[in-house]
Amino acid sequence: MTKVMSNFAKLAGAAAIGVMGLFGTASAQDWQPTKPVDFVIMAGAGGGADQIARFLQSVSEKLDLTNRPLVPNNKGGGSGAEALIALNGASDPDHSILVTLNSFFTTPLRQQNLNIDINTFTPVAMMGVDPFVLWVHKDSGITTFEQWVEAVKAADGEYVMGGTGTGQEDSLVIGYLANELGLKIKYIPYAGGGEVAKELAGKQVMATVNNPAEARGFYQSGDVIPLVAFAAERLETFPDVPTMTELGHDFAYNNQRAVVGAPGMSEEAAAYYQNLFKTIYDSEEWQSYMTSESLAPMWLSPEEQKAYWAEQIERHKQLLSEIEG
Amino acid sequence: MEILQLLGHGLVLALQPINIALIIAGVTVGLFIGAMPGLGSVNGVAILLPITFLVPPDSAIIFLAAIYYGAMYGGAISSITLGIPGASTAVATTFDGRPLALKGRASLALVSAAIASFVGGTVSIILFTAFAPPLAHVALNFGPPEIFALMLLAFATFVGLGGDDIPKTILSICLGLVFAAVGFDQISGAPRLVFFDISGFLHGINFLVLAIGVYGIGEMLWTIDTTRGKITTTEAKISVAGVVADTKEYAREGWRGTTIGSFLGFFVGMLPAAGATPGSLMSYGVAKMLGKDPSSYGKGNPDGVAAPESANNSASTGAMLPMLTLGIPGSPTTAILLGGMVIWGLTPGPRLFADQPEFVWGLIGSFYVSNFFALIINLSFIPLFIWMLRMPFTILAPLIFVLSIVGGYAATNDMHDVWLMLIFGLGAFFLRKFDYPLAPAVLAIVLGPIAEPTLRQSLLLSSGDPMIFFSRPIAAVTMVCAIILILLPLFKMIYDRSRGKSAKTGNV
Repeated sequence: MTKVMSNFAKLAGAAAIGVMGLFGTASAQDWQPTKPVDFVIMAGAGGGADQIARFLQSVSEKLDLTNRPLVPNNKGGGSGAEALIALNGASDPDHSILVTLNSFFTTPLRQQNLNIDINTFTPVAMMGVDPFVLWVHKDSGITTFEQWVEAVKAADGEYVMGGTGTGQEDSLVIGYLANELGLKIKYIPYAGGGEVAKELAGKQVMATVNNPAEARGFYQSGDVIPLVAFAAERLETFPDVPTMTELGHDFAYNNQRAVVGAPGMSEEAAAYYQNLFKTIYDSEEWQSYMTSESLAPMWLSPEEQKAYWAEQIERHKQLLSEIEG
Repeated sequence: MEILQLLGHGLVLALQPINIALIIAGVTVGLFIGAMPGLGSVNGVAILLPITFLVPPDSAIIFLAAIYYGAMYGGAISSITLGIPGASTAVATTFDGRPLALKGRASLALVSAAIASFVGGTVSIILFTAFAPPLAHVALNFGPPEIFALMLLAFATFVGLGGDDIPKTILSICLGLVFAAVGFDQISGAPRLVFFDISGFLHGINFLVLAIGVYGIGEMLWTIDTTRGKITTTEAKISVAGVVADTKEYAREGWRGTTIGSFLGFFVGMLPAAGATPGSLMSYGVAKMLGKDPSSYGKGNPDGVAAPESANNSASTGAMLPMLTLGIPGSPTTAILLGGMVIWGLTPGPRLFADQPEFVWGLIGSFYVSNFFALIINLSFIPLFIWMLRMPFTILAPLIFVLSIVGGYAATNDMHDVWLMLIFGLGAFFLRKFDYPLAPAVLAIVLGPIAEPTLRQSLLLSSGDPMIFFSRPIAAVTMVCAIILILLPLFKMIYDRSRGKSAKTGNV
């Protein structure tokens, strides 16, 4: 075993030296991480948030932007409550950052007993927003939103939609649809957006509200069809898909793709991460990723992020009251 | 024939000098990462992902796939020699691997593990080569009711013909299920079973923490207790003739487990959400059920090593299938590979086979080559592992203790889990004193988090009507098999009683 250990140590050492060599000197800054950064992801492996987080990490690695690696850490439990608790109680706030979705707003609202006030978190970067699209399977024969509404009504409470959990982004959109159009929908929660997309492709559910990136594979293979985009304007990647507004319902809903720091992060560390993610945001890799994944660009300064949070908390209070009220 | 041509191209790619070098390096690194308790292929692939930016994407994924394969082989090593599961996928290997080592048959266990891994890997790659795209569609047909039925079948194999005391087996399963329920409820999103409001329970109980506690700490305490502190050395010899004899014995005793593991492992690995760990546990259960003498499993039957080891290699190929064809990872490791592919500019999904044939077939070609090298490298290291076993127990025991602590911490990076692991170790020691089988608890904590949400999703789909499990063909067949298996001991009891009666009346 000692031989095993020493071999392992040698390998680890070699890998470490290799990694150090890779990073070299970052831009001259006062504060730099002194150990690997806990890069918490507010969702399970494989979903949209996870894909984006891993992409951000890869860009940082590829462009040698950090002297210490960002280590992805999936904490999707309880609609992201697990991640929020971890950040809230982070023993080292300067080395803990979180990739968020809208559950950043909804989970503290829905689970008051967690005692989490997101206003104590440190704004880092808004990397863009992800629109939602309503999808059906091609075998359903439905090609327009009007047909879909009729099909749901005809099913009389037996229309099954899959999503990522009550109170999650997609359930808010579905809740809005149900209220606005008087529909009865049976909602089944799954572990993540990727799984939801697969359930629709396998016809386990009849429709989903998924981000374009999550459903794209099955869209390209022709298994699923987009009916309507819950966005202010038509999406570049789906120019033929109408928006909800065009159909006479003034409703748009986006998932935020943002990075926040733990409460109590020092100003120097916050400035470091804000710079880091600004560099990533401006990189060719991220810009082309946003185009291919149908993300809408949206860069906000830390002050603007705080204002955006306040606005979103109010909006989600209202949306949640629609599904739970 | 087109497939053979594409595969030929793939093999040519995999056999380029740089790729061969990467495969050998990857398999060796993977072997040791797999052998370190607590570190498995997930950690290995995650740690080495950044290094792959130095080489072209084809070579990068080949390197990562080689690590993945190597780790599947390596996990068995510490399971057998130290009794600590080297990786989550090798938990089932401890069930029979450790008893074999204690009997002085460590070389038989290691040889069985290596060859079974090779066979499992080869069968799965052939299945993958021939049927990848159509099989992806089979995976899509598995909705919540089918997955739940499959999970129930897995539990049934542990109850039905276990050879162990049935009430005790059921109690053990229930304990595991309770531990599996700790954390967050996926359906409602509410925290539950957070004992004493300790925040460490919020992320649930990682099953590796339970497995290392039960098999590392528990086993160590057991050995100390049974030997009463006497300095013991495990008999372990190794020679070329011995390896040949072991290979023959493996072929005679282990073919059944290997066959079951190779096919079942691939199939279970292919289902998203399952992966190699459930695959290896289920294969162990089925091999035990179909074995000649089920009661010999858990006491050192080479078939009990062959089944999980062939299954975890087979499942690791299987798990690549949904990742490549559907863009959905079938295991935690493939989730990280998926992240790597995105940065290399490849989009996994239904179009990958058509759009990137070079990449896909290069990867498949590398499976064949990695599998071959993994066998050679693994076999050549066996003397080293055997030598380790010859250390006196007074040295081994502290080593096991330290490795268990490291493993418990590495699984989640949380001290809370180290304490929990020690408690599980103590608990397991006492349960074992009272003859409770512990494997079912480990099975339950792995399968519970899959069985529970799928049961509830199914019942939501049917508005609470349990007939949903019998109205869908795949689910129905699986459910009926599971129920028969669960009831089998009852039938057997009734049968034995009636025979016992007639025998008695015959005497009178």
